[in-house]
Amino acid sequence: MSENILEIRHLVKNFGGNEVLKDINFNVKKGDVICVIGASGSGKSTLLRCINMLETVSGGQILFHGENIVSGKLSVAAYRKKVGMVFQNFNLFYNMSALKNCMVGLRRVLKIDKLNARRIAINYLHKVGMAPFINARPRQLSGGQQQRVAIARALSMEPEILLFDEPTSALDPQMVGEVLAVMRTLAMEGLTMVIVTHEMAFARDVSSRVVFMHDGVICEEGLPKQIFNDPQKQVTKDFLARFMRG
Amino acid sequence: MDTFFQWISYIIDNSGLSMLRGARNTLIISFVATILGCLIGFVIGIVQTIPTNKNDHAIKKFLLRLIRVALGVYVEVFRGTPMMAQAFFIFFGSALLFNINMSMWFAAFFIVSINTGAYMSETVRGGILSIDPGQTEGAKAIGMTHYQTMTSVILPQALRNIMPQISNNLIINIKDTCVLSSIGIVELMYASRGAAGANYRYFETFTLTMIMYLAMTLFFSRLLRVIEKKMEGELNYDLATHDTLAHTSGMYNYPMKEGKR
Ligand SMILES: Nc1ncnc2c1ncn2[C@@H]1O[C@H](COP(=O)(O)OP(=O)(O)OP(=O)(O)O)[C@@H](O)[C@H]1O
Ligand SMILES: [Mg+2]
Repeated sequence: MSENILEIRHLVKNFGGNEVLKDINFNVKKGDVICVIGASGSGKSTLLRCINMLETVSGGQILFHGENIVSGKLSVAAYRKKVGMVFQNFNLFYNMSALKNCMVGLRRVLKIDKLNARRIAINYLHKVGMAPFINARPRQLSGGQQQRVAIARALSMEPEILLFDEPTSALDPQMVGEVLAVMRTLAMEGLTMVIVTHEMAFARDVSSRVVFMHDGVICEEGLPKQIFNDPQKQVTKDFLARFMRG
Repeated sequence: MDTFFQWISYIIDNSGLSMLRGARNTLIISFVATILGCLIGFVIGIVQTIPTNKNDHAIKKFLLRLIRVALGVYVEVFRGTPMMAQAFFIFFGSALLFNINMSMWFAAFFIVSINTGAYMSETVRGGILSIDPGQTEGAKAIGMTHYQTMTSVILPQALRNIMPQISNNLIINIKDTCVLSSIGIVELMYASRGAAGANYRYFETFTLTMIMYLAMTLFFSRLLRVIEKKMEGELNYDLATHDTLAHTSGMYNYPMKEGKR
């Protein structure tokens, strides 16, 4: 079980003259739960968006099962079926119920018949505790509920990796817990995840590896207890000290 | 005052039927042309918002740019000139230049549709651009193509947002088809002029004409508002507490909150 699902090699991203990601290298193995932490503006979101090809990569390679998707034959849409994403602002489709949100990808992208699509969607909505709300529209749900539906929508595609970009930072404090609880369960079940987060307690408890980003590079990376208890670099210490103080 | 109402009833008796027939034609033309115009508008609005990126083929980029320039010219020309001038220009121009003798009805539908299309294309483009980019990203993230994203996510939302402008266009078309009377289309304005001339009663006839136009526009603006309301969807939702699927597939039990009703 040591094969890499994803290998990021020398990834570079510029916005105009602004180099936001500078030579990023890291691998994701099956079952990894990687938490990406770092100061605001360090390039965490940009990294996730590059991995999911929502931004065009400026240089380097992203290998998915050894196949380069930056310039390879694999179509972007086909690749995205396997790599899900959960956004800070949920991005649920406003014109559909919670159930339809989870079904639309199954129906239109994976071409699964209606009955099975419904079964799969409800199964995952149930898993995130949103089964009673299948008929609700996104605007009728609280932030925490919307994010759980968004997680169910991503899970319904049964992706190999799920990317999370600060899934709880748009939520009121009392709703953070319900979303993190769902993510904890997914981690325990062995889903491969890359999570950008400011929830340090969550990162420490749940992740198999922590990546600390600073100024567009991976500054330090390791087991959670190494990063949190015994950081090697001064910037990591400063960041954690600032964060723990609040 | 007595004579006013006597004349009104006289006109209704003598010309009422022809005016009603004219009103019917007004409605048919404005209805069909609004629908066709919206189709034109959607096609153009969709073409104008096709994303391009660096990796696209050079021919695709060139063609797309060419089409966009042509569509841009079309929109500017038809929004920037009066429909009556367009009517003469197209009706007589097509006969002279291309030897096409348009039938009256074809000319009517053609002119009003193409005019509505020019306005609607900008509306649709704006409607598409006004949808939160997060919706597109959400769709891309589950592997949808541009086409799937447009048809499942963006266009339904854009359509809902621009319904008021579509209604507005229908109302404008009901009124503005009157310019077609100048190329001999027998709609309400043409019929009214005929009725007024035959009886030498302009004021009374056009009182009736005004009432008929107003009745049509009021009726349709109310009707369309009801449809808009329908499209906004239910304000409330039912908790699916009796959905068998939702409860037999149980593997996990999260503490459930009370839903809002
Ligand atoms: N579309 C864009 N155009 C230009 N610059 C951008 C764009 N998106 C991000 N940037 C810049 O890239 C840098 C990194 O942004 P990014 O959003 O990846 O940071 P982040 O680590 O996710 O921060 P936060 O914790 O605040 O979400 C920032 O300096 C930002 O200004
Ligand atoms: Mg971010």
